Amino acid sequence: MSLVLEGFLNTVALTVLSFAVALLVGLLVAVLRIVPVPLLRGAGAVYVEVWRNVPLLAWLVLFVFGLPEVGVTMPLFWTACTAIALYEAAFVAEALRSGVRSVASGQGEAARALGLSFRQSLWHVVLPQALKRVVQPLANIAIALTMATALAGVVGVVDMTRAAQRINLELAQPLLVFTGVGLCYLVMAAGIGFGARALERRLA
Amino acid sequence: MFDAPGPRFRRRVFWVSAVSAVVLLGLLALGLRQFASNGQLDPVRWRPYLTWPVWRYLLGGLWSTVVAACATGVLAMAGGLLLALRPNRFTRAYAEVMRTVPVLLLVYVMLFVLPSFGVNLPLFWKLVVPLALSHAASCAVIFRAGVGSVDPGQREAGLALGMPDGVVTRFVVLPQAVRHMTPLLVTQAVSLLKDTSLGYVVSYAELLFNGRVLANYNGLLVQTFIVVALVYLVVNLALSRLAHRLEAARARTAR
Repeated sequence: MSLVLEGFLNTVALTVLSFAVALLVGLLVAVLRIVPVPLLRGAGAVYVEVWRNVPLLAWLVLFVFGLPEVGVTMPLFWTACTAIALYEAAFVAEALRSGVRSVASGQGEAARALGLSFRQSLWHVVLPQALKRVVQPLANIAIALTMATALAGVVGVVDMTRAAQRINLELAQPLLVFTGVGLCYLVMAAGIGFGARALERRLA
Repeated sequence: MFDAPGPRFRRRVFWVSAVSAVVLLGLLALGLRQFASNGQLDPVRWRPYLTWPVWRYLLGGLWSTVVAACATGVLAMAGGLLLALRPNRFTRAYAEVMRTVPVLLLVYVMLFVLPSFGVNLPLFWKLVVPLALSHAASCAVIFRAGVGSVDPGQREAGLALGMPDGVVTRFVVLPQAVRHMTPLLVTQAVSLLKDTSLGYVVSYAELLFNGRVLANYNGLLVQTFIVVALVYLVVNLALSRLAHRLEAARARTAR
């Protein structure tokens, strides 16, 4: 039974920590992609394209087995966490960028036309509205991230899916075990969706 | 929203560019030094990747990846169509479950649960069936959005001209819906191609699994997986570009 708890807690911890890091890195990359400096824009675009177009499992394998070979050793949990966070950061960056862009093209230009400065229109007009618009896409990314943490089980982190597989070997109650774990994921996703809707209502 | 850049702004952009170039190059140098000091840049470790047998093996993996992705794509589109045609409580629940349950869990069900009930599919299907089940839900969403994106006025205009309902659907609504859906479907193909890397788990000999076998054989772990990642990158970048082109073409003709 302790294995169930360990798996569940690991999945929750992986989700929360890597989403927090993904938000920070994603914000940074989104800013890089918006600033009017071509070099930084290019760097942001390269980051997004490279991370988005390679499977997460390949990144996990590369990080978990490859990093020790180049002399970077971290605990397994943190290595997996870093890989997942950097991968999802690319999606976060895209969500943030398209959120800001969708507002900036109409509302932002109107604010500029009314005589607000660039900074004023960004701070008072674009960002408050963009914030509201990115909540739903970010919640979707958080749900995708919850699912993605299952892949950490493949490289050795004892997460919920991995725990289920091991318990199944002992108990031989496959239907019960896997349905239970599936329900756990459903509950987590429902929680994220509920939180996102509450947040959206607060911002509205 | 930006002002047209003046001379002072242009100077500032220049300096920011210079500083960030130094920082980026510094990071790159740091990474390379870390690789070099652990002997990972040794030409001996990279030379195998200039030889044909190694590439033949990896490209064989890529071929299996593409085959699995195509099979999954066909099944997922068929399933998506079925789901999209009948929006009811069951299909909505199905989509919701598939959006939240990891594909890996479905793969494990295929690997560990079904055999105990006497269903033991070949490896290929153990990978393809769970992927198709999960991507069918995404395809259904795309199909529904595609049909929904066509202005209802188009259908009404067709009916007003006296066309039968089937003809309107076939010649007025669907062509426009398909043009709207194609970029989304190509983007979905990228995500599908990435998901076939789960072959690593079921031991289906696709690209990532072949990478693991190769790394076990020649001991060049870092190099092998970097090359594998590059292959994924090239293929998926090409697909992403295609999606971008299609989207741009659609936006042009929509006006």
